[in-house]
Amino acid sequence: MADLTTDFVGIRSPNPFWLASAPPTDKEYNVRRAFEAGWGGVVWKTLGAEGPPVVNVNGPRYGAIYGADRRLLGLNNIELITDRPLETNLEEMARVKADYPDRALIASIMVPCEEAAWKAILPRVMETNADGIELNFGCPHGMSERGMGSAVGQVPEYIEMVTRWCKQYYDRAVIVKLTPNITDIRKPAAAAKNGGADAVSLINTINSITSVDLDLMSPMPTIDGKGSHGGYCGPAVKPIALSMVSEIARDPETHGLPISGIGGITTWRDAAEFMALGCGTVQVCTAAMTYGFRVVEEMKTGLSRWMDEKGYATLDDVVGRAVPNVTDWKHLNLNYVTKARIDQDLCIKCGRCYAACEDTSHQAIGMLPDRTFTVIDAECVACNLCIDVCPVENCIDMVQLAPGETDPRTGKVVEAEPADWTMHPNNPSAVAAE
Amino acid sequence: MTETMRLDGIRAGRLGPEDLARNFSDLHPRFTDHEALVAADRCYFCHDAPCVTACPTDIDIPLFIRQIATGMEDAAAKTIFEQNILGGMCARVCPTETLCEEVCVREVAEGKPVEIGRLQRFATDSMMEAGEHPFARAPETGRRVAIVGAGPAGLSCAHRLAMLGHAVTIYDAREKPGGLNEYGIAQYKTPGRFAQAEVDWLLKIGGITVETGRAIGEGQTLEGLRAKHDAVFLGIGLGGVGALGLEGEALGGTENAVDFIAALRQHEDLTQLPIGRNVVVIGGGMTAVDAAVQSKLLGAENVTIAYRRARDRMPASRWEQDLAASHGVRLVFGVIPQALHGSDRLREVELAYVDPDMAPTGETFRLPADQLFRAIGQKLVAVEGLSLEGGKIAVTGTGRTSVEGVWAGGDCAAGGEDLTVTAVAKGRDAAMDIHAALTDGRA
Repeated sequence: MADLTTDFVGIRSPNPFWLASAPPTDKEYNVRRAFEAGWGGVVWKTLGAEGPPVVNVNGPRYGAIYGADRRLLGLNNIELITDRPLETNLEEMARVKADYPDRALIASIMVPCEEAAWKAILPRVMETNADGIELNFGCPHGMSERGMGSAVGQVPEYIEMVTRWCKQYYDRAVIVKLTPNITDIRKPAAAAKNGGADAVSLINTINSITSVDLDLMSPMPTIDGKGSHGGYCGPAVKPIALSMVSEIARDPETHGLPISGIGGITTWRDAAEFMALGCGTVQVCTAAMTYGFRVVEEMKTGLSRWMDEKGYATLDDVVGRAVPNVTDWKHLNLNYVTKARIDQDLCIKCGRCYAACEDTSHQAIGMLPDRTFTVIDAECVACNLCIDVCPVENCIDMVQLAPGETDPRTGKVVEAEPADWTMHPNNPSAVAAE
Repeated sequence: MTETMRLDGIRAGRLGPEDLARNFSDLHPRFTDHEALVAADRCYFCHDAPCVTACPTDIDIPLFIRQIATGMEDAAAKTIFEQNILGGMCARVCPTETLCEEVCVREVAEGKPVEIGRLQRFATDSMMEAGEHPFARAPETGRRVAIVGAGPAGLSCAHRLAMLGHAVTIYDAREKPGGLNEYGIAQYKTPGRFAQAEVDWLLKIGGITVETGRAIGEGQTLEGLRAKHDAVFLGIGLGGVGALGLEGEALGGTENAVDFIAALRQHEDLTQLPIGRNVVVIGGGMTAVDAAVQSKLLGAENVTIAYRRARDRMPASRWEQDLAASHGVRLVFGVIPQALHGSDRLREVELAYVDPDMAPTGETFRLPADQLFRAIGQKLVAVEGLSLEGGKIAVTGTGRTSVEGVWAGGDCAAGGEDLTVTAVAKGRDAAMDIHAALTDGRA
C-alpha cells in the first residue's frame, strides 16, 4: 500500500486530504466528525478579530449550477467568515487538536490590514496548538468590501506586508491563501514568498452570479429581491485552479514554493491531478458539502490504489511530476501531426461528431447514407472537437502520423525532429535551429 | 387468487373493484418533472436523427426533447402537435419499441433507448391538461369537406383542414368519436377517458362538426356526400372480422376480440363484465395481446394466445409479447384452431400444430376454454365505386382514391402499417393534398 502520510511545510497529516476553511469546518462538532470520517487535516473556518463577530444574511447563502440529474457542478456562496465569537472558536480548536494530535489543524485568519490586528490575534492562535495558519486573502464577497479577503489578495504589496508580520509574530507555518480574482496569479504568489510564506494555497472562490431569477429579475441567490456576487467553487472551477497552480509551480520565481491545492476536488483523480501539478496537500469543500464527510474514504483508497498501480511509494513521487510538461504554447511541437480516427465498432451513429465538424469546424467528417461517419484526412486539423462531443469514450482517438508520412491536408512530409513556433518560418522573430 | 377465479364458465365479478381498478390503471404513468428532465438529458440530439426518420409523422424528436430539458414543455408539445395532432394518444399507444425507440442510438448502443414515448406524453399532457390549444384557424375558405370516420385518420385530416380554414363535417357510425382510440385499444394504455378528452381538445380548433351515429351506407352514400361537399375523406377503418370457419363457432362463448375490447372500454363497472375462467385468443397482433392481457386483468385464470406462425413472425412486438407473458398469458406458436368442443357451451378448443407453410403436422391438443376471442385481423367493409388493392381502398400519392374528389387514409387504405400514428400521418397528408386541390395551389 502506498504511503499517504504527508509532511507539508512541517505539518504532518495521515493523508493529504484536508477540509478547506469553509462552513464544514466552522465548529468543533463538524471537525470532530470530519476527523472520525478520516480527513487528514482541517483548515478551521476563518477567524476574525476580537470583538462582536460578523453577521450573515438570514436568507439563502448559496446558489448552484446543475448538470444532469441535478448533479451539483458549481456552488456559489455569500457566507462571511465565522460568525461565532473568537474565544469560542479558539477553545474548540484547542480541544480538538488535543484529542487529534496526528491530524493537521490550521487556523484561517482574516483581520484588518493593520499590524496591531495581526499582532493581537496570532498569540491567541498559538495557544490553541494549531499546526499553522492560513491567511485568508481570498474571499471575494462581503469582507472584501471592508478591505479584507480578496481586497488584500489583489494587492501583492499588502500580501507581502501582512505575511511578513505573520512570520514575525508567529513561529509556525504560514500559508497564504490566494484569490483567483486577479489577472496574473504569479504576482501574489511571489509576494507571499517574498514575505516569507511557507506555502500558498489556492484557489479561493471566483466572483460569480450563478443565475438570474427571471421572475424577480434578481441575481441568485436572492435576498429579498436583490443579490450580490458570491464566490464560485465546486467541480466547475477545477480547470481554472489547475492552471493557476501550474503557473506558480513552473514559474522560476515561485518554483518549489509548497502549494496546497484547492478548487473542485471531488475524487481521488482530481486530487492526483492537483498533486501532479505541484500540490503537497489538497483541500476540499464542495464535495464534502454535497456528499458528506464520507467521501474522503473514496479519495484515500483511490489515490492509494492508483499509486500502487503506478509504483509510486510515497506522495513525494507524485507531487510536481507533471510540472515539467507544462510549457508555453510556443514550445509545442508543430511537427507532431495527428488525425482523428473513428472506431466503427464502437460508433453508435449519433452523428454529433459530424454536426460539430460540419457546422463549426473543418468539414473533416463524411457521412454516408447508412450513417457511417469517417474522417477526411485531407481536411482534419486534429482539433479534438469530435472526441470532445462524442458520447462514447474511446470511440474516436487521435492517431499520430509517423515521420516520413505525408499529411494529406498540408501535403508536407512529417518530420522526425520536433520544431516549434520559435523556429517556424512564419514567425518574424524565429531563430533558426542550430 | 380468489375463489371466484376458479368458477367455470363466463361470469362477472371474478375480481373485486379494488383489484380491477389497480389492474386497469395507467400502464406507464406520466413522468414527474424531475423524471422528465433526467430522461430528456439522455438524448444526444443526434444529427439527422434516426428516431425522426422512424416516426411515421416525422416529429422533430430531438428538438422537443431539448425543449423539455430546458423547461419548456409547452414549446415541446407544439413541436409534437405541428406534426401529429394526436400526439397525446400516440405517446400512449405507439409501439415505440418498433419505431422511434427501436432506432434510438442509445437503444442500439446500450439496449436502453431514450424514453421518447413517455417524454412525448409528458409534453402533450402538460399542454392538454392546461386546456391550451396551440393552433389558430385560418380565415374561412368557404370550402366544405366531409370526413367519414372519426378515428385517428379522420380526426387528423379534419384538424388540418379546419386549421387551413375549410369547414369540416365528420360522420361516424359509432355513438362516440375517436374510432379505435375510443373503442379499440386496451384500457390500461389510455385510462381516464383520455380518448374523448383528446377529441374535445382537438375540436377547439373550430370549424369541425361531428355527427355520430351516421354510418356510410345507412341513408348516406358516397355519392350523396360528394354532391354536398367539395371533397370527401374516408377514414373508415376496417369494420369486418373474419370467422374461423369452424364447426361449433356458433356455440356461445366465441367473440371477436375487437368487440370484447370495445365493450370493456365502454363498460362503466368492470365488476359486471363477464369473462371466462379459461380463455383462448386466436391471433398474433396487438389486438390479440390487448384481449388476452385484459382477460387476465379481469380475473381469467388461464389465458392462451394461439398464433399460427413462429414467434418472430408475430405482428405484436416482442415488447407486447413480454407484456402478455408478464401478466401470465401463455403464448403458443405454430398452431391453428381445428375444432371447438362442447355441447351446451364451449368447453374446449382443439389446436393443431402446423409447419411454416401452414400444413398440419398431425399433432393436436386441446385446451380448456370457456371463451374464445377471434383476433385474426379485420377486413374492409367495401364502399361501392372505389377500386381496391389488397383488400383495401387503392390510393395514389397522398390518399387520392379512384374516385375524383375522394381521398382515403388510415387502416382502410392501402399502404403503411395499421397503426394509429400511421393513420394520423395519412390523414394529415391527405388534408394537405385536399387543401391544395381546393385552393388550386393558390394557398
